[in-house]
Amino acid sequence: MATVTQAGQGRTPKAAKTTSVFKKAVMAVSGIIMLLYLVAHMIGNLKVFTGRENFNHYSEWIRTIGEPAVPAQTVLTIIRIVLLVAVVAHFWAAVSLWRQARRARPERYVVKKAVAQTYAARTMRWGGVIVLLFIIYHLLDLTVGAINPDGDGTPYDRLVASFSNPFITAFYVLALLLLGMHLRHGIWSATQTLGLSNRRRERTANAAAIAFSTLLIAGFLLVPFSVLFGLVD
Amino acid sequence: MTLTLRVWRQKDPSVKGGIVTYELADISPDMSFLEMLDVLNEQLILGGDDPVAFDHDCREGICGMCGVMINGQAHGPEQTTTCQLHMRSFKDGDTITIEPWRASAFPVIKDLAVDRRAFDRIIQAGGYISAPTGTAPEAHSVPVPKKDADAAFDAATCIGCGACVAACPNASSMLFTAAKVTHLGLMPQGQPERDDRVVNMVAQQDREGFGGCTNIGECSASCPKGISMETISRLNHDLLGALRAGVRPKS
Amino acid sequence: MPLDLFNVGDPIADTKAPMDVPIAERWSSRRFRARLVNPANRRKMTVIVVGTGLAGGSAAATLGEAGYKVKSFWYQDSPRRAHSVAAQGGINAAKNYRNDGDSVHRLFYDTVKGGDFRSRENNVHRLAEVSTNIIDQCVAQGVPFAREYGGLLDNRSFGGAQVSRTFYARGQTGQQLLYGAYQALERQIAAGNVEQHARTEMLDLIVVDGRARGIVARDLVTGEISTHFADAVVLATGGYGNVFYLSTNAKGSNTTAIWRAHKRGAYFANPCYTQIHPTCIPVSGDYQSKLTLMSESLRNDGRVWVPKERGDTRDPREIPEDERDYYLERIYPSFGNLVPRDIASRQAKNVCDEGRGVGPNGLGVYLDFADAIQRLGLSAVEAKYGNLFDMYNRITGENAYETPMRIYPAVHYTMGGLWVDYDLQSTIPGMFVIGEANFSDHGANRLGASALMQGLADGYFVLPNTINDYLADGPFEKVDESHPAAAEALQGVQDQVQKLLSINGTRTPASFHRELGKLMWDLCGMERSEESLRKALDRIPEIRQEFWSNVKVSGDWSSFNPTLEHAGRVADFIELAELMCIDALHRAESCGGHFRAESQTPEGEALRDDENFAYVAAWEWTPESAPPVLHREALEYEYVHLAQRSYK
Ligand SMILES: Cc1cc2nc3c(=O)[nH]c(=O)nc-3n(C[C@H](O)[C@H](O)[C@H](O)COP(=O)(O)OP(=O)(O)OC[C@H]3O[C@@H](n4cnc5c(N)ncnc54)[C@H](O)[C@@H]3O)c2cc1C
Ligand code: HEM
Ligand code: HEM
Ligand code: SF4
Ligand code: F3S
Ligand code: FES
Repeated sequence: MATVTQAGQGRTPKAAKTTSVFKKAVMAVSGIIMLLYLVAHMIGNLKVFTGRENFNHYSEWIRTIGEPAVPAQTVLTIIRIVLLVAVVAHFWAAVSLWRQARRARPERYVVKKAVAQTYAARTMRWGGVIVLLFIIYHLLDLTVGAINPDGDGTPYDRLVASFSNPFITAFYVLALLLLGMHLRHGIWSATQTLGLSNRRRERTANAAAIAFSTLLIAGFLLVPFSVLFGLVD
Repeated sequence: MTLTLRVWRQKDPSVKGGIVTYELADISPDMSFLEMLDVLNEQLILGGDDPVAFDHDCREGICGMCGVMINGQAHGPEQTTTCQLHMRSFKDGDTITIEPWRASAFPVIKDLAVDRRAFDRIIQAGGYISAPTGTAPEAHSVPVPKKDADAAFDAATCIGCGACVAACPNASSMLFTAAKVTHLGLMPQGQPERDDRVVNMVAQQDREGFGGCTNIGECSASCPKGISMETISRLNHDLLGALRAGVRPKS
Repeated sequence: MPLDLFNVGDPIADTKAPMDVPIAERWSSRRFRARLVNPANRRKMTVIVVGTGLAGGSAAATLGEAGYKVKSFWYQDSPRRAHSVAAQGGINAAKNYRNDGDSVHRLFYDTVKGGDFRSRENNVHRLAEVSTNIIDQCVAQGVPFAREYGGLLDNRSFGGAQVSRTFYARGQTGQQLLYGAYQALERQIAAGNVEQHARTEMLDLIVVDGRARGIVARDLVTGEISTHFADAVVLATGGYGNVFYLSTNAKGSNTTAIWRAHKRGAYFANPCYTQIHPTCIPVSGDYQSKLTLMSESLRNDGRVWVPKERGDTRDPREIPEDERDYYLERIYPSFGNLVPRDIASRQAKNVCDEGRGVGPNGLGVYLDFADAIQRLGLSAVEAKYGNLFDMYNRITGENAYETPMRIYPAVHYTMGGLWVDYDLQSTIPGMFVIGEANFSDHGANRLGASALMQGLADGYFVLPNTINDYLADGPFEKVDESHPAAAEALQGVQDQVQKLLSINGTRTPASFHRELGKLMWDLCGMERSEESLRKALDRIPEIRQEFWSNVKVSGDWSSFNPTLEHAGRVADFIELAELMCIDALHRAESCGGHFRAESQTPEGEALRDDENFAYVAAWEWTPESAPPVLHREALEYEYVHLAQRSYK
């Protein structure tokens, strides 16, 4: 139901862009974009089980899609730009809502108990920050190779090199679990933010969020554990 | 029962407050929580001390005037208003910490009483249907499906107590605003102003200095009237639709 | 009866209702004859409205829309918290949607009869006429009334009415109606037509050259006492049931605004008419601060009883059937548990006075659902009354599915209030009184679901029309705080506040309030007698004396100080209590909520004395020590014939 009262207005005044709900919508949309990428990424990672050649070939392939119609790395660059924008937008909105919340309650409670808040909901912010740090680390590790034990190797070699180190694996596992929780709450939250939830759907949305994030994370975890236990080398 | 009360005392908004501890004996489990505070205050007055200021009026759970944080929970351990909480929910020897609602949009007036007029200003921004007296058509001219009327009623039972804000880790007033947006948005009478209403009410709640909602759900779980999270989803839906349709807040 | 307690003055009469046309045309005739104020002039005129309940909220919103400058005052933080919010049952209107024979005339007839022939026919007829507009207005505002599957409004029968004319929103009708008025008011505040004064208590009326021109009010947060001026003043400050300390009213409900206006010259009508509601949760101890109403609908299925033996303290479930006294069914075989409020209340008191009451302090009777559960099944009872059983459980900690509920009557509504004419104007020109604060429409007893109707009728439809006639003479000469009348009123309030703070005695205001309430309940409550009232009139001046020499109010005046607020209200209740007792004593008949032990039928029913008491008692205040003056307004019944009620 749209009214026409003010529809003629051209530009969005600042107030509308900065409403808290608008920010939330930015988070939801950017979150979903990142989520879609992760699904693809997870499936791509599983190629590890088909062997070094295949995996490296896959890595090669992403960089050459569309060639020669478009120059090398076009698709990858587009993906990178979209992801970068998504991360920045997501982070901007998260930080700005976080600051708004701090301003909204400058004086803390002496005693405060959570009634309904899940652990996942409570760890969204710091969890998100850790995930961000993880992403930076991860890029340096496997994409750039700067901090990889086998920095100059093929993608496959770098991956195996990293996960052969139990500490690195542990860090990946921790980050993935946090990401899982982030998504568990995030997916439900996004349905709410985009106004798609209602009392009937609430349970379904929650169950779907749990199932989806568990599958995704399990899929990701297969790789480091397989390397650690020598199934892949 | 004998109790130890840790009460937030603050003379007025300009001074810093702090927790003061009182011992209270002979409390009956049948007393309401506010009657227990009455007993404390009678003692304080007779001792020449300033009694603890707290807000209350109907004492039957409907006016929304009462409300304090009790051991870290808005309105205390039961999902009801502070005035309808009874001392049988506590045990002999318990220590109870009592604090005011905390939000910069709800400045402390004194001790446990806060100023919640920000809620009225959110309503002023659009929480109504413009129906000047005398202009109304015959009541039966617009039927309302029972399902919608019932759902609108559920949302309309919000008593404006502010527990949702108090409980929300972001100090967001989203549940309060959403309850009104949902109530009016479900009625056919509320349609003409629906888009403007939601845009302006949300803009106002941001202006008042409430936090943004990140779907944590503490609000609904602490709401004495059980206003559901669905209302927030409805608000989001209406707001995004209205923004897409080009509706902008009045300044 | 010769009495030393008051003097009799001239009779008083309502001169505004046009008696030259039939009753059904009087309201339209009055509206037509009332002068109008042109829109350009309205902007120049200010109206003060004190109170934001159904009456004050709807009036302020409507006057704002009409173009007057309105200043609105209330003592809570938000207008949405006025005690109208607590009304549960519903609101009457003669819509006849059920096609069950209802009509404006029938609603009029039922209300006059229900008021036990102590109300004005003209006012009641207007109320019935306007009732249908109220429903239209509220629906347009989005009030979510209960509806049927076809989408149309649902109705129920209420308070023993034979037709279904009560509109409701589950058990929260007052809340939803109030939010409608509140939102309309907030809209006018946003539009700049209404200036708001939250947490501000009216403490005096300013009368200049015989006209009400303003009020003195205290900002409850900063303590500042200030004057506010207008061309007319409207009081909508609700009922004074809290004179009994324990009542179903909100803790802050008070008589202060109307009492101080009374002391400035407004007559107080029928102060002794109070309504006692039979189904409230009984008192559980001395600390009790408030009584909670349980919907009357419980009496549809619950059976009321007490043990036959006095002092029987057995668990109710162990008392065998033949040792129980289902006294309502015994005394009123045809109406049984459904007799009207006043009768059910008085009989409960009687059995408790006999020592057969139940519960910790013997002030309670059982309301037993065991039979209903057997007959209808547990789930049916749960579906119908589940929320009430939950509420009972929350307050008492008892499970009423297993053991009978305990109930006891409680003060619920005051039919008395400031005297007003057909225009709702008091005896002070320029001061109008609406809602429960006036005496106008319910006579000696109010029917269920009629108070909400009256509040909204007054605020939306009656006052906004009649006040024009008064304001047509305005704008009046400007006054400000330098006017001697204003300065005197301001000084008076400041002095009183200082006095209360300086006494520094040994008793809290609450302790005086409790003592006064208990005295009023015992001696001027459900049943009054010459003896009990004389006793009360001996004692009240002593309480007043002690109050003014021994009350202790801590804190200061210049900050939020609820104890100080309470002290001021208690002071007024004490004075009002005296007038209530005098009124009750002078009215040597029983009628509606006023039951005089000396005036009953051989069966113990209320016996009216129409020959001597078919009048409104309007009391004039006289300064210090002089007794009040009684002005009688004769009541005539052209359309409804005087008859004795019978529920046997
Ligand atoms: C528990 C309960 C249930 C009821 N159920 C029903 C029902 O089902 N149906 C029905 O018809 N009636 C019912 N009634 C009666 C009905 O609710 C009231 O009579 C009616 O709502 C009174 O409305 P009002 O506007 O006159 O006053 P109120 O709603 O009491 O409003 C009073 C206003 O005046 C203000 N005020 C008071 N004193 C001052 C002061 N000194 N200075 C400044 N402001 C002041 C207050 O802030 C408030 O805004 C019920 C009453 C109670 C208590
Ligand atoms: C165990 C889990 C993971 C494994 C094994 C893994 C593996 C890899 C590998 C091998 C690459 C390099 C591909 C190449 O350069 O060709 C890569 C890139 C990347 N990974 Fe992961 N990854 C995992 C988890 C994640 C997670 C959880 C995220 C995000 C939250 C993520 C985000 C990225 C990104 C953004 C790139 C860079 C893509 C690009 O622009 O080239 N990865 N990952
Ligand atoms: C850059 C670091 C990140 C931070 C600081 C961060 C923080 C947050 C925060 C605070 C929320 C809102 C919490 C809530 O709604 O309850 C959120 C929501 C979300 N996040 Fe992240 N996050 C980050 C990264 C990610 C990543 C990498 C993904 C996905 C792969 C993601 C997906 C989501 C989703 C889907 C939501 C739900 C949006 C919504 O609530 O409407 N986030 N994030
Ligand atoms: S939504 Fe619930 S908690 Fe919030 S103000 Fe309304 S009733 Fe209180
Ligand atoms: S707790 Fe707060 S974050 Fe939203 S869902 Fe409730 S307002
Ligand atoms: S005092 Fe009215 S809701 Fe608690």
